[in-house]
Amino acid sequence: MNEVNTIKATNDFVIRFANVNGSGSASANNLFSKAVFRLGVPVSSKNIFPSNIQGLPTWFEVRINEQGYLGRRGGYDFIVAVNGQTMLKDYHDLLPGGYFFYDSSKRLPDTFTRDDVIEIGIPLTAICNANYTEPRLRQIFKNIIYVGALAYLFDMDFTVFEDSIKSQFAKKEKLIAPNIQALRLGYDYAQQHFSNSCGLNIHRRDLNGEQILLEGNAAAGLGAVYAGATVAGWYPITPSTSVVEAFEKYCHAYRVDAESGKNKFAIVQAEDELAAIGIVIGASWNGARAFTATSGPGVSLMSEFLGLAYFSEIPVMLMDIQRTGPSTGMPTRTQQSDILSAAYASHGDTKNVLLFPANPKECFELTVAGFDLAERLQTPVILMSDLDLGMNVHQCDPITWDDDQVYDRGKVLNEKQLDEMAEKWGRYLDVDGDGVPYRTIPGTHPVKGAYFTRGSSHDEYAAYTEDGEVYARGMQRLLVKWNTAKKLVPKAQIDGEGKSIGVIYYGTSDYATQEAMDILRVDQDIDSMRIKAFPFGAEVAKFVRKHDVIFVIEQNRDAQMKTLLVNELAVSPNKFVEVLNIDGMPITAAFLVGEIRHRLEQSTTSIKQQEA
Amino acid sequence: MTFVRPNFRHPENHTNQRGYSIKNYEGALSTLCAGCGHDSISASIIKSCFDLNLEPHKIAKISGIGCSSKTPTYFLGKAHGFNSVHGRMPSVTTGANLANRDLLYIGVSGDGDTASIGMGQFAHVVRRNLNMVYIVMNNGCYGLTKGQDSATADKGSASKKGVPSVFDSIDLCQLALQLGAGYVARSFSGDKKQLTPLIKAAIKHQGFAFIDVVSPCVTFNNTPTSTKGYEWVRDHLEATGTVDFIPSKSEITVDYPEGTTRKLALHDGSELLLHKNAHDYDLSSLKAAMDRIESTKELDKILTGLIYHNQSVQDTHELIQTVEQPLNELSQQQLCPGSKVLEKLNASLR
Repeated sequence: MNEVNTIKATNDFVIRFANVNGSGSASANNLFSKAVFRLGVPVSSKNIFPSNIQGLPTWFEVRINEQGYLGRRGGYDFIVAVNGQTMLKDYHDLLPGGYFFYDSSKRLPDTFTRDDVIEIGIPLTAICNANYTEPRLRQIFKNIIYVGALAYLFDMDFTVFEDSIKSQFAKKEKLIAPNIQALRLGYDYAQQHFSNSCGLNIHRRDLNGEQILLEGNAAAGLGAVYAGATVAGWYPITPSTSVVEAFEKYCHAYRVDAESGKNKFAIVQAEDELAAIGIVIGASWNGARAFTATSGPGVSLMSEFLGLAYFSEIPVMLMDIQRTGPSTGMPTRTQQSDILSAAYASHGDTKNVLLFPANPKECFELTVAGFDLAERLQTPVILMSDLDLGMNVHQCDPITWDDDQVYDRGKVLNEKQLDEMAEKWGRYLDVDGDGVPYRTIPGTHPVKGAYFTRGSSHDEYAAYTEDGEVYARGMQRLLVKWNTAKKLVPKAQIDGEGKSIGVIYYGTSDYATQEAMDILRVDQDIDSMRIKAFPFGAEVAKFVRKHDVIFVIEQNRDAQMKTLLVNELAVSPNKFVEVLNIDGMPITAAFLVGEIRHRLEQSTTSIKQQEA
Repeated sequence: MTFVRPNFRHPENHTNQRGYSIKNYEGALSTLCAGCGHDSISASIIKSCFDLNLEPHKIAKISGIGCSSKTPTYFLGKAHGFNSVHGRMPSVTTGANLANRDLLYIGVSGDGDTASIGMGQFAHVVRRNLNMVYIVMNNGCYGLTKGQDSATADKGSASKKGVPSVFDSIDLCQLALQLGAGYVARSFSGDKKQLTPLIKAAIKHQGFAFIDVVSPCVTFNNTPTSTKGYEWVRDHLEATGTVDFIPSKSEITVDYPEGTTRKLALHDGSELLLHKNAHDYDLSSLKAAMDRIESTKELDKILTGLIYHNQSVQDTHELIQTVEQPLNELSQQQLCPGSKVLEKLNASLR
């Protein structure tokens, strides 16, 4: 072996698994990252997968970081290269001093000539062929064997893996022993041939406390169960599909009537996204809590219906799990590029309430809050998640529920209230001055409260009108409601005040931004604000007003949140500096630090030049 | 047309078993053109609901966009109505029905709304067998945009513009049959005697009930060259047999000669009495129904009346096994699993 200046680190490195899609690698890779988590070491994993079911390359990146930074770091210290198609690229992607782990059943080709990396060759195929005869087992256990080898190379506590296997196969006990044996095969081989070869370690720290591992989409689906959603209309689209799948799973667990065996929920896979949102609108109009989940293309298709819900004032809970656009874009890569299309979805003057979760716990909480807001405001509410948050497993605080919490079903008149009402009820009459009228649910009262819901212009009593003044009055009243929304939506999270420089970010940029802030604040005074909702509350307006230079961190090309801030707060675009990541990969702290420092230097230079 | 509805009612005007008069089933004054077939269909809906003693507030009337979709304003003023977006009535009705299975859902649509922009939604609501009455007021043209041909305009038929349609028409009854509708009928807005019992039976049918009603557009498509005009339709009707609707538990008071009638049992015990005629066929046979539509077309005629009836199909709620209680009545306690469950779930995620 050459003299290589190897990377040495404990609980702070990045490993990339390069696999073939559909080869069963996902469960082995999850076994590895879960073991790290169970050792109490903070871990984040990103599945970089193709729009394909079988055969194309897929990567799984695991960042191990005991300081608790969960954003994508960028750069690879260790690569498990078990995909022949990408092996050479993987080899070159490795950082100098890194470790290249490969299946040495075949000799590395002569083109693999780096002298600044450590090669760890383990004959995975040969070991499998020697131990298993069935081709299916050879494939599955090949993955488990490399996990076993990693356990040795990183000096990990082997019992954590054994316990994971035991709990994973608690219901299929006969699979426990063979899996542990496969782990052992890898572990022993590495021990015999590569003792003291790897300078990367994962040692127990117990830093994870009560935290859990969960995908954002599963949390959102669970949130819909807890929020009392009973109707879901949906159409399959990556990366949103697993929201409704999770809703269905949790409904089967918690929502089946014990006596009759029947479902206290209705899930309909619709013919398209238009029908999906139509189902939500029909069900919400009829007094059930209903939702759908989709991605950018679906939001485009739903636009006409969103305008109907906005104008006829029907609650809608919609989850947009954003992916890389425009058009089909990169369907399995992440982005925050539906901000404007969601905020102003539909023709005419339309504005929709948006919520921006940053982690699975918030996917749950903001879904629950979203149902309350949609019914309180009688308008569409869109949860703006993304592929990174929705489809990757994230470490986060446990999800909690307060049993005293009561759903806010908004202003709905029941039979008794209608009976007691002396004055004439108007469906679109603003009696409270908050722009939110009272509604009725079909079938409530024999003679009172029936009205005609329509997307055509209507007066305060829901009667059709083409009187421009009446129409304008209704549209202005919707703005009063919009102002009410500003007070009801979740407040932005602000860190620091009084500095002249500020940073604004939202959603999944949270992880990388927090890490970047820690680095930047060492020699730079910066305040930061994470936006959690649209319309912007007073605190957002204040933050923008109080800072001279504001970096806006986004994962889209056109700085869509900046546009929204400029437009809605009527401020000069000149004070904003765009920091944009658009490659479809989760944003990294290194990128943010580099960009922000660079821009700060540029502005200091230009100021100095002006002074000179 | 008049803008004032006279308050005068016939002295013998009576109330139904629930104590409602016909007035309780009426809606606002129609703003459609004088003589529009759609108004006759509205009148049949009113009469059907009155005769069936339905509670108006337990009915939801839902439509899309177009002349036909305006009609829910003109009937059942005490019922909740929803004029949604073009071609999307089926999905809104699906959602509404999922939320509350106890209401009666009357969906009103037009030939543009159903056979063109809403074709996909129409197909899938049939496939789901949603428990609803789906009425298409079919005039072969887009009335509200001044008379363009629709997809149900027959090939060679010419509207007021005088240009014959060059494309084949879509037969919505055939489509409904292919997609598995359990109740398929066709009628003519000018034949209230046939239409009213068909609507009543459709209301009583458990599952998806489809009625295609040829309803001439007096303004744009009532020319002698149009196959959707009053004159042509009247001259080319061929009924499957006249029908009477017999409410449950009521005795049949009129004697019919043996072998000339057939009873079709409906979900709640009521019956449809079918007076056979020369064109009789097995109404429960999908094959026979399709065949009869085609063979009638070959004779240049329009088959009307009840075309197909099959009560044995399960509706959406039965298929997806929802609880009997309407979902919109379930309380937070019935729906929210609570904190204890969440604690367990958290533990399983570590």
